[in-house]
Parts: sequence; structure tokens; C-alpha cells
Amino acid sequence: MSVQAKTPNWFSKLAHPGVFLSWSQHWIMPLAVLTLITFVIGLYYAFFNSPADYQMGETVRIMYIHVPNAWLSQMVYGLMAVSAIGSLVWRHPLADVAMKAAAPLGAAFTALALFTGSLWGRPTWGTFWEWDGRMTSTLVLFLMYIGLVALWQTFNDQSRGARIIAIFTLVGAINIPIIKFSVEWWNTLHQPSIIKADGLSMPPSIATPLVIMMLAFTLLFFTLHMIAMRSEIQRRRANNLERQHINQTMGISQ
Amino acid sequence: MNAFFAIITRDIKLALRNGGSTITLLAFFLTIGVIMPIAIGPNKQLLAELAPAIIWVAALLSSLLGLDRLFISDHEDGTLLGLQHAQISLTAITFAKLIAHWLITALPLILATPVLAVMLFMDMPTFLATILALLLGTPALVTLGALGASVAVTLKRGGIIAPILIMPLTMPVLIFGISTTNSLAGPDASNSALLFLSAFSLLSVAFIPFAIALALRTAEE
Amino acid sequence: MIDLGPHAVYIVSAYAGVAIVTFGLIAWVLLNSKKQQSRLADLDARGVKRRSQG
Repeated sequence: MSVQAKTPNWFSKLAHPGVFLSWSQHWIMPLAVLTLITFVIGLYYAFFNSPADYQMGETVRIMYIHVPNAWLSQMVYGLMAVSAIGSLVWRHPLADVAMKAAAPLGAAFTALALFTGSLWGRPTWGTFWEWDGRMTSTLVLFLMYIGLVALWQTFNDQSRGARIIAIFTLVGAINIPIIKFSVEWWNTLHQPSIIKADGLSMPPSIATPLVIMMLAFTLLFFTLHMIAMRSEIQRRRANNLERQHINQTMGISQ
Repeated sequence: MNAFFAIITRDIKLALRNGGSTITLLAFFLTIGVIMPIAIGPNKQLLAELAPAIIWVAALLSSLLGLDRLFISDHEDGTLLGLQHAQISLTAITFAKLIAHWLITALPLILATPVLAVMLFMDMPTFLATILALLLGTPALVTLGALGASVAVTLKRGGIIAPILIMPLTMPVLIFGISTTNSLAGPDASNSALLFLSAFSLLSVAFIPFAIALALRTAEE
Repeated sequence: MIDLGPHAVYIVSAYAGVAIVTFGLIAWVLLNSKKQQSRLADLDARGVKRRSQG
């Protein structure tokens, strides 16, 4: 907690872990309430205020939870990649924390995207699993999340670990489009492409619940992410205090 | 430039001195080639059809197996720390070590491929296409594997996490590699897979050494 | 409740699965938050203070 030589700008002021802890606590409740309201409106639209699709029938309602999770699976990785840059370039502890807190959340949302996609696929395609480009690359993304979560668990030195994990996260971020391309290319090679959900020609009656649900899930992520970041800062602080306490009681002064 | 080649020869000499690991790697590669026919059954046609896939999976798994010894010993005895103060950059050193690692691990696998090709009833064009695809694809496999090894270098349980991390990233190599074999040897020959494989390999080899060097430098701090 | 048609079971299980995982995630995040706060409170009660707080 040394005093910085030059006066920090507004961003680094807000992003200081201690300052973050104090301002973020006022944000959690409003965010949580906003998330809840958005979910209520979104679910109301999804079930009671939207028609069945003329092609997909009632199963279109699975889309209202599938697409938000699929969107989060990619957005969370994007957020981790941006944090990784912050962690590598400015060595900012809050960026490390943001990266670490996002990984398990991203893994969970990606798992949900796969789960709902498979339940959507059964009535529409006739199988739970199809090696289609989008599902396969989501599966690969899930494996990358699992790897990152496992990597965070194995590092003892969290600040050094953060920079190494940041390097890997960034290489992964650059690779994801390539993997996506290769999987899609592989897919067209082996079978003619099947159903493609057309995002552009969506009637407003379906687009409205979809957009509200996407907003709701995104708000849910940011709420959980903020709480998880706070816990991670507090966990590190408690770890440091415990170590410091043990050192003092054993007479090892620093 | 001398330092560059000195590192390559040093790594190769070290590997030859305890040559057991290269032999283990070869044995692993060939074992996969043996258990697959046993699992699938001695169906000549089926095996010939699956042969490129079997060889690629065997090559991928073997290259992941050899990962852990790439940087660990240099990290433990302090060589990596010393190399940071060498005349050439850590990226160049990484690149030299990658070349050495390719010569020690990937090249023996490619040389052993004829054995598997015979056991899996590959015909000549498929075999030649597989060799070409392996020559083009293994540099990317080695580079990606080295990235995993550099990330895990300070970890006590790093041996198992590096393959898990790297496996998703190797997906394009696997896809384009097998497609190269199939498209070159197939009836309607096209070289788009070959070009994609070369492009991926080239990009990996050109850019990932910087990431590896950065990870190694961070690990030594 | 509206009629979900012949594929109701898939729709219901998709929503149920998402609900279970989402609530599980929320519970996990909140429990972890409580745990860290109680650790800090415990340390504070034992008089272990941060150096900057002297």
C-alpha cells in the first residue's frame, strides 16, 4: 500500500483494489435488483407474450435461454482477454482478479449453452448432439475454460500465475477464431450444413424476448462477477493477513 | 548466430545422452498404432480408411507426452535464469529449443510412420500425403506444446495440466492435417487443406515463441 | 400455463437445467463471498490488522 509517486488518474483510482471494494459494495444491490426485474420481464415475454415460431414451434422458447448463454460464453472470454492485457501491460492487480473471477462463471455459462443447445437440437435436428460447427467450437471453448480454471487452481503464487495465465488467455483469444474457422470448414467437408438459426430475419415478437433475456443474463453475469471479484480480493487479503500473523507470532519479522 | 546453434546442439546432445526418453516416445507412438487395430478389429478396409486419423492421434498424444521435459530441467537447474542474460534474446533461445525439440521428438515419430503405415494397410499416395502433412503440422504441434510447457514450468503438477490446456488449441492442426492427407490422396485432389495447415503452422511458429519467452521470463522472476 | 406442444419436455428441462445451474452458481458465489468476509472478520476480531492500518 505504498503511496504512488505521481497522482493517479481517475481510472487507476477507481481500479485500486481497496477503492474498488468500497465503491463496488454500493453497486451490488441495485445490480441484483435490476437483474431480477429484467429476468421477470424477459421470462414473461418468453412464455406468455410471444408466439410459437412457424417453423420451430414452441421449441423457439429454448432459444431465449440458449442464445444468451452462447453470447455470454464468448463475451466472458472477451472480458478475460481484455483483463489479460491489463494484467500484462499495467500489471494491475484488479485485472488479475477480474480474469480469475470470470473463468468459472464463463465455464458455467458455456456449459449451459451446450446443454440448452443439445436440448434444442433434439426436437429440431432429431439428435442431442450434432458435430455442427457452432456446437463443436463451443465445446472447444468449454474445454479452454476448464483448462483455465484448473490452471488458476494450481498456481500458488497468484500474481506471477496471473501474468502467465494472461499470456495463455491471449493466445487462446487469438486462436478461438481460427479454431472456429477450422471446425466450420471441417464440418462443411463432412456434411452439408443443417439448420442455421437466422438472426437477421427474426420477427420482432421473437426478437423482443430474446434481447431482454440477453440483457438479463448479461446483468446476471456482471452482478456475479462483481461479487466474485470482491471475494477474491478479500480472499487474498485474508491470506496475506494470516501469513503475516503467523510470521509475527513465530518471530519472523519482515 | 553461434549461440543459436550452440543451444540446438546442446539440447540434442543432452537428449541423446539420456536417449531413453526418445525411445519411450517412439514406443508410445507405436503402441497406439498397435492397440487401435486391436480395438477396431483386423478389418483391412476399415483400418486403411482410418489410418491417417490413427497416425495423427498417435502423433498428437506422443507430442503431448514429451512436453514436460522441455523446460522443466532447465528451470530447475537455473539454466533458464542464466540464459536470460545471454547475448541473444530469450525468444531466439526459445526458437532454438523448439527446433531441437522438433528434431528430438517429432522427427523420430515421422521416421517411424512407415511401420504404422504397413500395419494399417496404407496405400502409397496416402502414406506420402501423411508424411507431408506430418512434416507441415508437427512444427505447430511442437510450438503449441512448448507454450503449454512454458505456462506450466513452475508448477509441481504441471505434467498433466499442459496437455489439457493445449489440446483445444491443436484442433486446427488435427483438422487440417487429416484433411491434407485425405484431400491429397483422395479422388478429387485439392490443396486448400494443405495451404491452411501450412498457414497455421507458419503463424504458430512465427508468433508463439514470443509468448513462450514472455511466459518463461515471468516464471523466472 | 400455456400449452408448450409436443416438445414440452425439452423446453421444461432446458429451463429447469438453466435454473438449477444458475441458482447453483449464485449460491456458490454468495457462499464464497460470505466465507471470505467471515475470515476477514475473524482475523479482525483476533486483532490481526493490515500493516497500513498500523
